[in-house]
Amino acid sequence: MHCQPNITRLNVKSPGAVKGSSSICLTLTMLLSLILAAPELLAQSRTESLTLLSSGGPRILQTTRINGNEVVALDHLAKIFQLTINEDPLTGGLTVSYQDQNIVLTLEQSLVSVVGRLVSLPSPPVQTDQGWLVPVEFIGRALTFIYDKPIEFRQRSRLVIIGDLSVPRVTVRHQLVGQEARVSLGMTPASDYQIMHEQDQILIQFDVDALDPTLPGLVSGRLVSAIRLSELQTSIVIDLGPNFGSFNASTRPAPGGNVDLVVTIAPRNVEIAAAETPSSISSEPPPPLSDLVSPPQDIKTIVIDPGHGGDEYGAHGPEGTLEKDITLGVARRLKGTIERQLGIRVVLTRTADQTVRLDERAAIANNNKADLFISLHVNSSTRSSVVGAEIFFLSIDDYGDEAAQIATSESQVVPVVGGGLRNIEVTLWEMAQVRYLEQSAVFAEVVEDELRGRLSMSPRAIQQAPLRVLVGANMPAVLLEMGFISNSVQEQQLTSGKFQQTIVDALVGSIIRFRDYLQHVNETDIAAVGTIPTGGHPQIEEAR
Amino acid sequence: MNQTHITYTTMAIAALIGVWLLFVSLPRWYESNDQPSAEGTSIDQRTALETTNVTLFYVSEDGMQLVGLERKIPHGDTTTEQARYITEAQLTAAPFPLASPIPEGATLRAIFVTERGDAFVDLSTEIRDEHSGGSLEELFTVYAIVNALTTNLPTISAVQILVEGREVDTLAGHVDLRRPLEKNLKWVEQEDSEDAA
Repeated sequence: MHCQPNITRLNVKSPGAVKGSSSICLTLTMLLSLILAAPELLAQSRTESLTLLSSGGPRILQTTRINGNEVVALDHLAKIFQLTINEDPLTGGLTVSYQDQNIVLTLEQSLVSVVGRLVSLPSPPVQTDQGWLVPVEFIGRALTFIYDKPIEFRQRSRLVIIGDLSVPRVTVRHQLVGQEARVSLGMTPASDYQIMHEQDQILIQFDVDALDPTLPGLVSGRLVSAIRLSELQTSIVIDLGPNFGSFNASTRPAPGGNVDLVVTIAPRNVEIAAAETPSSISSEPPPPLSDLVSPPQDIKTIVIDPGHGGDEYGAHGPEGTLEKDITLGVARRLKGTIERQLGIRVVLTRTADQTVRLDERAAIANNNKADLFISLHVNSSTRSSVVGAEIFFLSIDDYGDEAAQIATSESQVVPVVGGGLRNIEVTLWEMAQVRYLEQSAVFAEVVEDELRGRLSMSPRAIQQAPLRVLVGANMPAVLLEMGFISNSVQEQQLTSGKFQQTIVDALVGSIIRFRDYLQHVNETDIAAVGTIPTGGHPQIEEAR
Repeated sequence: MNQTHITYTTMAIAALIGVWLLFVSLPRWYESNDQPSAEGTSIDQRTALETTNVTLFYVSEDGMQLVGLERKIPHGDTTTEQARYITEAQLTAAPFPLASPIPEGATLRAIFVTERGDAFVDLSTEIRDEHSGGSLEELFTVYAIVNALTTNLPTISAVQILVEGREVDTLAGHVDLRRPLEKNLKWVEQEDSEDAA
């Protein structure tokens, strides 16, 4: 039997770790001294590590936990990322530079200036005899904005991904169904793979740079003895037990348009029940989305809405460029970048040049339980001189009393079966957005802040209006007008890949900041109420 | 006969006066009233003798806002009639250097005002089909009409735009037109800050 333990990349070097000794006395003495010293040591620091993935292969980055905050030595980061560090003894500050881009840190300040913009870290940098230590979040929130390659920090899986690497999340589940074992793999985003059967193992080789797996706990059986990540980190290995007879592989639809791979393993002398047909597979309820994708944030799904399409051309430029083509191009770019860099599931309301009704667009977001809705558009004016991006979120003032009542209504008390009363929230589905106006306003502000400085903004950069596509969205939602196609210069910009990527980068930055905001609000609510909020209204003023 | 002669002379003078009134005096009177361009409108000339000043809305020179401008239009005896004159005037070309937020060729088909003060403005298909698109331009189109009626007629509290007699989602894919919209001056250039609310 070939049995290997799961490989874990979490390389914890606890001060309490003890290697075996030949002398029992010596071991006991060491244990006793460690037990006595442990509380003090733990209170001070604990060494851990992150895995850095780049085109050069994986590397380990040592980190330390001080008073609950995980920090990393700035000198280590400087060596890895070729950073220059200059201390300013007068101000007690520190400038971290890469090429011409700077990050300015200040002792006892958790706000750092990244290329002129303020970014919040969970704790201030500290100066020790090992040099400066910064929170690990510094990598994803600050360093990524000055480095010439994207850097993604996945805290849950303890990965730092440098450059445009393909590192999909793979959630592996194992269950016994009758005499068979069933191993299902959910991938986000979907990737090509090959299945190979060797003597005592089934190897699922993915066409990726690395995998970010969530593996089932201890698997020990006579059909499947273990499920693990290969040493190269690009394959999932199913180690087979002594009773293995045969296997087959099939796919089944998963939420978000993804497809799960299902490997069914049968014992000897037992035929696999039936060739798995899509209908028989789909009769089994798919696993909950939260099991398939569980990134460590409050944004699990984003719906991107490329404006217009099909018969609805939208605005057009003096050279004949059509709004519907630009919005689809940017939406595709944005989807790819979000999935690759943030690992968040993205659904487009249209993937081709097709007509989609406005109420369908919001319905797609609602049905996919999206946590964020971004509608992409291009503006137009009778004045060809008008330029600049604008961000809209919903205004309910124009809808009169009806919407205002919904927005301000308290829960209603209704009788329930069997007697008694129950409080329920009543919201007209058609006006679902009224519950999310505050969050939409926050997101609009973040988008405006990220866009400003990267491209020209309209004098009225943030506006509220009764926009049809937003009103039914049951999540924070904004509409971004990326520029004025009626201006010939902007028409050219909007068609250029560079300009489109600038918008994509700004939106990705906005999503990261908005995710942080939501986490902050949740933490505040949990601390205040002692329970997880169920979609209430965050206090914007506190969070700003 | 003398009497016959006098009668013919009187009739001839009356006829001359009538011709003078019809072809000289009335046109002069119209000109002296500084009537806004009425090209493409169907303002009822029977009531054009009485006029009233109203505020209509056009796109500013920088293209970033609407500008309220006082214009003289025929006086209507009822709210509906006055609403019709206001809308017809709003649909006409803008005075230089302002621009009209209304797509070219759009005309008023009908207008109704309910007892609770909702006005339903039924426009021809050009308002939708000839629209240049973009959220800002669509907001200007919609709120030029909504504000023109709600600003000048206190009895009208909200306006719903129809196209060819039917309710529409939007004109160009952005502004929700499924319900009557209330006055909104946030896209209008404000001189008096108190009105800005």
